[in-house]
Parts: sequence; structure tokens; C-alpha cells
Amino acid sequence: MSVVGHSPPPFFKRGPAPLARLAFFAVLSVLLLIADLRFHTLEWVRLAVSTAAWPLQRVAYLPVEAGGDLGKYFSALATLHQENDELRKKQVAIANLLLRQQHLEDENKHLRALLDMRARQPVEGRIADILYAARDPFSRKIVIDKGLQQGIAAGQAVIDDLGVIGQVTRVFPLTAEVTLLTDKEQAIPVQVQRNGLRAILAGAGGGMLELRYMAANAEIQLGDILVTSGLDGIYLPGLPVAKVIHIDHTSSFSFARIQCAPLAGVERRGQVLVLGNRETLPAPSAPAVPEEEKSNRGKRVKKGH
Amino acid sequence: MAVQPTHSSNRILLPARSWFITLSIVAALLLNLIPFGRIPGVPDWVALVLTFWCIHQSLKVGMGSAFFLGLAMDVAEGSIMGQHALAYVLLAFAAGGLSRRILWFPLGLQAMHVLPMLLGMQIVMLLTRLISGGEFPGLLWFLSSFIATALWHPLTYLLLLPQYRPTDRDENRPI
Repeated sequence: MSVVGHSPPPFFKRGPAPLARLAFFAVLSVLLLIADLRFHTLEWVRLAVSTAAWPLQRVAYLPVEAGGDLGKYFSALATLHQENDELRKKQVAIANLLLRQQHLEDENKHLRALLDMRARQPVEGRIADILYAARDPFSRKIVIDKGLQQGIAAGQAVIDDLGVIGQVTRVFPLTAEVTLLTDKEQAIPVQVQRNGLRAILAGAGGGMLELRYMAANAEIQLGDILVTSGLDGIYLPGLPVAKVIHIDHTSSFSFARIQCAPLAGVERRGQVLVLGNRETLPAPSAPAVPEEEKSNRGKRVKKGH
Repeated sequence: MAVQPTHSSNRILLPARSWFITLSIVAALLLNLIPFGRIPGVPDWVALVLTFWCIHQSLKVGMGSAFFLGLAMDVAEGSIMGQHALAYVLLAFAAGGLSRRILWFPLGLQAMHVLPMLLGMQIVMLLTRLISGGEFPGLLWFLSSFIATALWHPLTYLLLLPQYRPTDRDENRPI
């Protein structure tokens, strides 16, 4: 008996054997994995698919948004008043610094001009809201609500009111993906605020950070604040990053194991500031010039002979 | 018009409609896109619905669909391209291959078959990511497979609903 519109299943023609199909698709997936991991060639596919899926993503985000709105609706007016008061107090407390900053910046510019140093370029920021934490459980990423359309570019630094939280790693037309400092693949050049010691800070998983490749006798103490060193040309120098919370001087390792906790609210929700592109410094060419001159001179000498 | 909630293997169902299969998979994708952040135990709806259709309609839904769904999930989750694709393809292979066996069991035992498949899928993903230098998400991450298994019973009713016949029996029916 066959129902109208439905043919009986094909008993004899079933295409390739399941194992052959499995091998085909598995190999295809592994090739994709390699292409993405080793060569990073699939970003355009990702961009295209995610642009097409944007409405769907927006729809999926609605219940979360509604939940947040509901929470806001029920949060008491008193709490908001209290928060407002606290913020106002905080503003007055830092007004002293803020009011003097313009003056200090001008002074700094003059001094730098006097010393014939390169002026620090002012960097603009763009406020973005954290939409949600990416679902991928193997990495630490968040998605913010500003993207290509708002001028966000991959590589820009992201900070909040307490310090650095990460770096934009992927940009979509209307959203951007920020890799947090606590991600295992993320590293940031820092220096110890107390003594200017430079190091590289990398994510260690579990919301923690680790100072890598520090000699066992390096001068680092518990409670030291680490700030960005600015050597990378991405992060502005002097932004607070992390605090040393545990040092393990085991003599069996040639490096000390130094654990740090992020200062900024790296894994919290809220608003962040995406800093604009920093102009990268040109590579130091001073030592290269005399060499060139020497070689030129050498040539000329040869020509002369 | 009531449905008959029996699941003996000799039960005759109406043929599954392709649009309903597609609809259920799109709904699962939508559910997966809801950003729950790092709450453990949120089931992978796409994997669950995919397993269901691979078991019940192994001729219509198989490794091909699994591969493309996996790619969609890779993009949606921001993970490495191919991670979900590989895991889903293996899942679809296991589900499709075991479908004739699994369908003879009552729902509780079917779920016991589904659990190792879903766990296997998570282990494949874990291995791919650990090899590529990701961080271990913690044992709680495996909770989602157990919750998905617990959902097997209601999900079967829900997805088979359009295929049930009404109870008004026709005594002269040939089968």
C-alpha cells in the first residue's frame, strides 16, 4: 500500500555504502579542520555564512534579551537609585583626575616635544555592549554588538573600566568576536608596574592567567600589578591587566610558575570600550642606516678603484 | 482525535514528511543559537534531533545532512571549522547503522543506546579541540549529553506526532 505522494523506499538503489560515505565526509571534515587551524583560509566562508544566518541569530537572541528586560523591569527602583548615587560619588571622586588630565596631556606633549620624542597618538574608543559569551566551551570568547559597519577591525584592544579584557579576533558585519585574555591562545605583552620588568602574559584556562618564561629568580612579588607594555603596537602602554596571586618557585622547573588574576571584569557582562587602531611604530631603522651607508661607501670605493 | 501512544515496533506510522523533518532541524538550530553562555547541561538540540531522524528515517537523513549541519554549528559557535562536522558525521554513521536494532527497543532502552552515541560525539569534539590547543571545559560539560538523553522520551512523542494515525479503526483495512 502506498500513500499518495509517497513512493516506497528504494530497496536496491541506496547510493554508496555507509562506510564509504563515512570515510568521505570524515576526510572532508578533517581537511576543513586542517585548513582552518593551519592556514586560516576559511574566514570568508565564516563571514558569508554568519551574515546569511544573522536574522536567525537575532531571533534566537530574543528570548535572552526578553529575559534581561524582564529582570530589569522587576529590579527595584531603590536599587537603581542606590546605583545612581554610587556612580555619582565615584564620578566626583575621579573628577580630580579627569579635570587635570587634559592639562597633564598638554604638558606631556610639550615635554615630549622638548625631549624630541615621538608624540603619543590619541586613540579613540567605541563603546560596545557584550551580547553574550560564545557557546564554544573550549575557548573564552564574547560577542559584542558592534562590527564592521561601526568600524571595528580585528586586532583592536578591548578594555572595560578596570583594565584590558581582550582583543577583537573576528569581525562580522554587525557583531564582533572578542577573545578574552583568559583564553589559552591569547597572549599579551606586559610589564610589572613596580619595577618595569617585561614579560608575556597568557591565558591559563579556568579564568586565570599565567606569566610565561620568567626565570625562577625573577623579581616578582605577590600582589604585583601587571600593565601593558605597549611593545606590541596594539595595546596602549600602561593599561592595567592582571595581579599576581600565586608564585611557585619549584627548582625542578627552570621557569617560575606565576599565576595571575585578571583585574578587569573579564568574564562578566556589561559594556566595554573597543580602542581604535594604534599606528604601529616603524621598525627601528637607526642601526640599519649606517650599514647601508657603509655598503654604499664600499660600492663607491669599488667603483672608484 | 486521539493518538495512540504505544511504541511497539510493529506499530504502523504514516510516512514522515520531508518538510516536517526540515522544520524540526531548523527549530533545533534555532534552539542551539540561543546564547546560554557557559551554563552547563544545555543539550545540543541539533545533535539530538539529528540522532532521532538518523534512527527513524535513516534513508532521508544521514551523514550528508550531518556534515552540513555540523558546518552550520561550527560557524554559529565560532569554533574551528570541521569540529562539529566531524563529530556529527560520526554520530550519524553510528545512529544510521544501529537504527534497525534500536527501533526494536522500548523508549527507555533506546535512550540507553543514544547516550553513548552523544557522549562519543562530545569526546570526538573534545579530542579535536584538545589536539588543536583548546582548554578542557570541565567534566560538567558532559552533563549536556545526559540531559539530552533524558529528553529522548518526550522528543520521540513530539517528533512522531504528525505520523500517528487516528484511533478510529477501519476493520476492513488490509494491514
